[in-house]
Amino acid sequence: MNLNGFSRLAMVAAMMAAPAQLLAEDVKIGFVTTLTTGAAVIGNDMKNAVDLAMDHLGGMAGETRLEVIYGDDQFAPDAGKQVTDKLVKQDNVDFVAGYIWSHVLLASRKSVLDAGKFLISANAGPSQIAGKLCDPHFFSTSWQNDQTPMAMGEVLNRQGVQSLYIMAPNYAAGKDMAAGVERVFEGEIKGKDLTKWGADAQLDFSAELAKAKASGANGLFVFYPGAAGGAFIKQYHQAGLKDVLPLYSVFTVDGLSLPKLQEADFSGVLGSKTTNQWDPSLDNEANKKFVSDFKAKYGGYPSFYAAQSYDAIMLIASAVEAVGGDMSDPDAVQAALKSADFASVRGDFSFGSNNMPVQDFFLREVVVDADGTWTTKVVETVYEDHVDSYAAECKM
Amino acid sequence: MDLSLFVIQFLNGLQLGLLLFLVASGLTLVFGILDFVNLAHGALYMLGAFVCAWLTQVLGNFLLAVLLALPVTAVAGLLVERFIARPLYARDHLDHVLATFGLILVIDTLVHLVFGPEGIAVPLPDFLNGQIRLTETLVIPSFRLMIIGAGLAAAAGLYWMVTHTRLGMLIRAGASNRTMVSALGVDIERLFALVFALGAALAGLAGMLIAPITEASIGMGNNIIITAFVVIIVGGIGSMKGAFIAALMIGLIDTLGRSYLDDLFKLVMSQDAAETSAPAISAMLIYIIMAVVLALRPQGLFPPKAR
Repeated sequence: MNLNGFSRLAMVAAMMAAPAQLLAEDVKIGFVTTLTTGAAVIGNDMKNAVDLAMDHLGGMAGETRLEVIYGDDQFAPDAGKQVTDKLVKQDNVDFVAGYIWSHVLLASRKSVLDAGKFLISANAGPSQIAGKLCDPHFFSTSWQNDQTPMAMGEVLNRQGVQSLYIMAPNYAAGKDMAAGVERVFEGEIKGKDLTKWGADAQLDFSAELAKAKASGANGLFVFYPGAAGGAFIKQYHQAGLKDVLPLYSVFTVDGLSLPKLQEADFSGVLGSKTTNQWDPSLDNEANKKFVSDFKAKYGGYPSFYAAQSYDAIMLIASAVEAVGGDMSDPDAVQAALKSADFASVRGDFSFGSNNMPVQDFFLREVVVDADGTWTTKVVETVYEDHVDSYAAECKM
Repeated sequence: MDLSLFVIQFLNGLQLGLLLFLVASGLTLVFGILDFVNLAHGALYMLGAFVCAWLTQVLGNFLLAVLLALPVTAVAGLLVERFIARPLYARDHLDHVLATFGLILVIDTLVHLVFGPEGIAVPLPDFLNGQIRLTETLVIPSFRLMIIGAGLAAAAGLYWMVTHTRLGMLIRAGASNRTMVSALGVDIERLFALVFALGAALAGLAGMLIAPITEASIGMGNNIIITAFVVIIVGGIGSMKGAFIAALMIGLIDTLGRSYLDDLFKLVMSQDAAETSAPAISAMLIYIIMAVVLALRPQGLFPPKAR
């Protein structure tokens, strides 16, 4: 009886699987991001961008149908690796994309690469993967972690800031960010705090802000992505540090934190500066379409996470189209990805020797747009065609 | 050492400790008197934060929102007591843990459905958004002073209630010997419901006070509940005085650890190693203290008399 039930189930399963087998040309993309915990706000924004990219593509890459399967990393490396394994082994996806967090990406990369699949980071850019752990099947549509803070370090030098206090979360990307700004900044580093991170991240920065102020530094450099960014800005504002200790941030003030800051009227953030490789105001066709359709569909500005996720899907679609949906030859797919033949929302886009983007970095300022919404605009270009510092360590 | 920095860090630690006390006092009451392990106490803390944040956005006034949100969380506590805790009092602790862990998931998901995943920022009135200048170098955000004030007021109120009212007498009696209290003809069910609601309101108040600093966010309760358990274990389960002293101790140790540990470590190890290990060790400090207390005095520092 039991066996009977089981074999019947197997038959049904086989019948259901049959149509999928006939359409073997379908290319599957696993997309891993954070869909639960407070960081789900980032994951949702990325998911929205992926859905928009699929709308724009009509779900097709040339003649091939694309399918996206989402996975939730729960903001934890172990859960991220688990869901990656599930996508690779159970769903048998061709590409795994996404990854907000560097420690999640580092934990998951082997699962994807050892299975011969392609790994596309839409955000995380840990130094290890750009350098010693680089792989022909890994590509990034974001940046190497150090690059954005390096651009900020360059801005600080140009503005003649003498000394700096650094605050970042204590995980792979936080350390990279601190290393990036320290590499370029020529002044004195007065102090550095790495705070607890993860699903139970530290969100009350009273002790660190008091230390930063007492250090007598001329500026405060921070990296607090996601919900922590909003919390940090509020406490910075409440501590009245705006005039004493000017804020220079990366990945902290973005399309996700600004609406909430505006709702709570924390006007202290207006005029604050941040560096990034993308901005909603960048003037190119792909970006205009992306930003206006995103605003129309979801009622708010996309964040850089969204922009990078949109690019990741467009990159994959361009490669799938170039090989005519034939995933049997990994080298052809690899070459198609490497040529980066798609219209990136950041304008010019190409891959360096370690498959990290070679791209411009901009200084952005928080401003009020024509509709009264808080957003950012480009002030100046800090780096042109910037190559990350770990490319030389990559042997492939 | 810079004295004014030390004073500021001390006040920061005091503020954290008082928030912890608000959460831990309810937990210790429920655990000590009802003998009920309520993991979902943190979910009530989150609920307080979200209700208050939402009311602040609707009414445009934070203080009014707190006054309205307090009874709402108390009612939420009553509902949890009536429908989840009461049927389980006679069962063992593992069943409590299972049910209230499930409740955490339910409340987290409900909040996700109602308020969305992104959390809510809480705007403060202008007079709370500034700073107070105590001396030339001693400047502290006024809202943090308000948290200290509100925490001390709540602690004083609780102390008065526990030591000087009939309800407090019953609570103390219940913590010492539950069976005897009900044998004396006290309506124990009503007492339990009241204690549970009081605990929920206190946890909710802590959530409301922290929300303007960290935002109301899903899962915020799970972080503090673990620390709150550390507090009641160190202080002695069921003891209000123990919860108060242990909460302040843990708050101060955590804050001062984050402030000074890396400087201390730099004396004996390289700068890099100190910078990486100090935050990890300071996050561990409170657990180390709990382990020491458990080893030397398993009943906690101030256990209630005659259990």
